Amino acid sequence: MDKLLNDFSPGLFVVSTILLLALIALMVKFAWKPILTSLNEREEGIQGALDAAEKAKREMANLQADNQKLLQEARLERETMLKEARELKTKMIADAEAEAKTQANKMIAQAQEAITSEKKAAMAELKSHVAGLSIEIAEKVVRNELSNKDKQLALVESMLGEATLN
Amino acid sequence: MKIFQQGFKSLALALLVFLPASVFAITTASGEGEVDTKMEVEDYILHHLKDSHDFSLFSYTNGEGERVHVGFPLPVIVWSSEGLVTFMSSEFHHNDDGGVIVEKGGLKFAKIHSKIYELEQGATTVSFDAEHHATNGTKVLDFSITKSVFGILVIGLLMLFWFSRLASQYKKKQIPTGFGRVLEPLVLYVRDEISRPNIGEKHYRRFTGYLLTVFFFIWILNLVGLTPLGFNVTGQLAVTACLAIFTLVIYTVSGNKDYWMHIFWMPGVPILIRPVLAIIELAGALIIKPFSLLVRLFANISAGHIVLMSLIAIMFTLKESLGVVGATGLSFVLSFFILLIELLVAFLQAYIFTMLSALFIGMAVAEHDHEHEHDAHGHEAPDAEDVRGDFI
Repeated sequence: MDKLLNDFSPGLFVVSTILLLALIALMVKFAWKPILTSLNEREEGIQGALDAAEKAKREMANLQADNQKLLQEARLERETMLKEARELKTKMIADAEAEAKTQANKMIAQAQEAITSEKKAAMAELKSHVAGLSIEIAEKVVRNELSNKDKQLALVESMLGEATLN
Repeated sequence: MKIFQQGFKSLALALLVFLPASVFAITTASGEGEVDTKMEVEDYILHHLKDSHDFSLFSYTNGEGERVHVGFPLPVIVWSSEGLVTFMSSEFHHNDDGGVIVEKGGLKFAKIHSKIYELEQGATTVSFDAEHHATNGTKVLDFSITKSVFGILVIGLLMLFWFSRLASQYKKKQIPTGFGRVLEPLVLYVRDEISRPNIGEKHYRRFTGYLLTVFFFIWILNLVGLTPLGFNVTGQLAVTACLAIFTLVIYTVSGNKDYWMHIFWMPGVPILIRPVLAIIELAGALIIKPFSLLVRLFANISAGHIVLMSLIAIMFTLKESLGVVGATGLSFVLSFFILLIELLVAFLQAYIFTMLSALFIGMAVAEHDHEHEHDAHGHEAPDAEDVRGDFI
């Protein structure tokens, strides 16, 4: 211990204190501060870049999922649309068929009705025409028959004769 | 920053030009200074562990039997009874036992075991008592640019150069190139493994600068101490004490209410025990913690230097029993392996010092409210999961 104390040099202690204080101050100012700041900036930069890449990756995945979903939806929609169209087509055809059938039936019925009425009218006209003709013929015949007295008498006679026979 | 770099380059260039010409002194002294026997080895190691006033690279004995020292002197700055006195350490002519007296401004100085003494008025030589203590001289306050101070200056400038260049690289690019690529993971290591987990997410930023400086300072100087340059900065008590006191000041100044509450009036403990605990806690915070920090670093590095140098000295000490080749081979193998261990210790001690500093600071700024505890507990589970994940 005595030897240690004897070896201890107060002058060296003072000089090394001054030198080391200067060294620490200079190193902190000219070396450590800029180095540590740059290292921190670099690390933050790297971290930021990594985070950004991670985020971009996640967004990409999200986007892809969205796209997939959209595609799926579009496909589904197309399917439904096609199905609807098909149904609509069948329905329209069926409707048109039914409509056409009813229309045709109606037309046929009307035609038949018209035919019947025309027929009736024609028959009626024919009848009246025939009746007129008959009367005219009868008139002409009767007039012919009754143009002289003898013939009229003969007719009455024949008629009476017939009537007596009965 | 550009100007600073160019300035640094021109400074390095100037050093390269001037060092061999004027500063690198090759001096000769009388035959002493050879290290050959066990006693001399011990003395040499003890001498090395101390701070020295000149920077000697190596010494050899030339053909005329003169000892040649290759190195350069460093300025001596002392606060004497007459005020500040400066001269170059070369004036002592590598003498370290008070044999050479330097006269400056009417005062006489002698260097004994790396300490500079001011002799009393009228004395011409140093007289020693039985325990080899100088009796007619007093130690002066020594602010010299010693080898350790020189080391601190060089490594400090080197750190400033390296890391400010790394800092300026970030202005232009995200990832540093060249040597900065080596430094960046070390900075990240200190921040993420030492500072952040021990201090906590909220406060760590304030203290990371100090921790980084201390970590690199200790580590680089530990490593430089293992080179043949022979620095022993982190094995100087004054330097480790200085570092430990910085940590003490930081955690004492930034300690929050909870921290002082836990020191002076520990909650959840019987009232009678609280004053006793307060004394223990106070001693722990103000004395034991910094003392353990300073002694741990000092002792580890000193021990490392002693062991390494002793193993290198096997070359001389076992020369007679093993022969030149055997002693050199043994010395080489052993010192090689201990050097590998010391490389690890150099890092480990820097890590431990920084880690404990961070831990002490973290204890001082920790928030103890229940919400936080709950939060901390909540964080624990995923951490455990992570650890298990690492093992599987």
